[in-house]
Amino acid sequence: MSLLSVKDVSFVYSQKTPFEHTAVENVSFDVDQGDFIGIIGHTGSGKSTLVQMLNGLLKPTSGSITLDGIDIWDKPKEIRKIRFRVGLVFQYPEYQLFEETVEKDISFGPMNMGLSEEEIKDRVHSAAQFVGLDTELLQKSPFDLSGGEKRRAAIAGVIAMDPDILILDEPCAGLDPLGRDVLLAQIYRYHKQRGNTVLFVSHSMEDVAAVCDKALVMNRSRLEMYDACDRVFSQGDRLSAMGLRVPQITAIVDDLIAAGFPLHQGTLTVENAVHDITEYMKKEGRL
Amino acid sequence: MRDITLGQYFPADSVIHRLDPRVKILSLIAYIVLIFCTFNFISLAFMAAVVLLIVLLSKVPLKMYLKSLKVIIVIVVITSMLNLLYGSGEPIFQWGFIKVTWEGIKNAIFVCVRIICLILFSSVLTFTTSPTDLTDALERLMKPLTIFHVKVHEIAMMMTIALRFVPTLLEETDKIMAAQKARGADMESGSLITRIKALVPILVPLFVSAFRRAYELAVAMECRCYRGGEGRTRMKQLHLAGRDYISMIFTLLVIVGVILMNTFLKFAV
Repeated sequence: MSLLSVKDVSFVYSQKTPFEHTAVENVSFDVDQGDFIGIIGHTGSGKSTLVQMLNGLLKPTSGSITLDGIDIWDKPKEIRKIRFRVGLVFQYPEYQLFEETVEKDISFGPMNMGLSEEEIKDRVHSAAQFVGLDTELLQKSPFDLSGGEKRRAAIAGVIAMDPDILILDEPCAGLDPLGRDVLLAQIYRYHKQRGNTVLFVSHSMEDVAAVCDKALVMNRSRLEMYDACDRVFSQGDRLSAMGLRVPQITAIVDDLIAAGFPLHQGTLTVENAVHDITEYMKKEGRL
Repeated sequence: MRDITLGQYFPADSVIHRLDPRVKILSLIAYIVLIFCTFNFISLAFMAAVVLLIVLLSKVPLKMYLKSLKVIIVIVVITSMLNLLYGSGEPIFQWGFIKVTWEGIKNAIFVCVRIICLILFSSVLTFTTSPTDLTDALERLMKPLTIFHVKVHEIAMMMTIALRFVPTLLEETDKIMAAQKARGADMESGSLITRIKALVPILVPLFVSAFRRAYELAVAMECRCYRGGEGRTRMKQLHLAGRDYISMIFTLLVIVGVILMNTFLKFAV
């Protein structure tokens, strides 16, 4: 059985008013335990609405979402429990910080869960470690941190709830190249060490190709593709028809294939491309 | 949250929408004064007819007007009840300390109709005039105050900015609420004190972002060399058109009408 199962889910904003607008239409997919899924799509394709339905912040207009086989809206009064199990980090999460110290802010989620003080302390420290926040920063005011540190503190606030599924909505938006590489590596390490399921909304195909196993493509409120990354990115034409593109390295390898070189379609990383090209050149005796 | 309509502007294509906002504001003031200068039933009925005519001319759905009336219905009921019970004169009905007089009934009707007309008149203004037009017009109307060193342009600019940021801050509140709910914030249950405490995680980020936006806007304005109202020209000039003169004449006629009815029909009721 899948961990999370989305079935025929639609969401309509401002239903029955002149401003009615369908953000998600008939989307179905399954998420298995331990998946690392990249969600990609154009601005306004319904990604953010979709992820807000997954943790019960928005209730689907129609369709059902089941977690461990139980509909998350079975007991609407206990929807908070779902939110603890499916942690959602919003876009620009640093704007939600409010406490006097970083430590207190990261504790906000675990406190709401009603955990013991020791447990909270443990979780705060391990969450801070995962996102690479120094222990001395924990006693500072969140408003004294730098932009990148604020972002990491906010992500730690969700990780500290130890959710089964962690959803990040464009966690790298607005970070400098080094900051985003570091953050990606931290998320990847979190996924590997805890074995938790991670959903990762991103505009950057490079980021998705670098860390995710699967990619889910949204286009005009509909689910367009959901498959392993290499299979999604080997369909460059389909993606560009949606206004998306494949990672740079995939595009280069595709061009080489078109020029007659026997390489792999859907190559996702520079390392793999280098490996394939050197193999080919060795075989041809040019190296 | 997003459904709250503030500013309430309702775009439509009607004569009232196209009137100069200055004329609309001045007429509103005139009508409000007139409502309180109706001393008999005939002039009151006349004013009610005028307000109905203007409401119909505005092409804004009646449902919108009913919605704005709904908010003040409690006030209307309470004030008319008080007037009904505390009238002086011969009681026509008495039960214990409760006594109802003709005077009381008359007062209650007057208060009731006056408040309703008042709300309808001001709703016409807010429904048919966009907030920016309103502040523009206020700026022009208050211009004579500059001789008393009142910073008219600055006041109008502040009003425009405040109105401009209402939807932005509502959206921001929405986002912050969602983010805190995702961290398990519980805003729907608990005692009054726990609920007030639950607002802290929303208000703190909201204030922080309001200050940040204010700072950014100030910098952006300075970058474009904003230096207040002196010597400033406007992109949208307000001009009085034929319909504005017609509406002013109409207002004048209503004023004259009410005065005549007050003087010559003194003994009608």
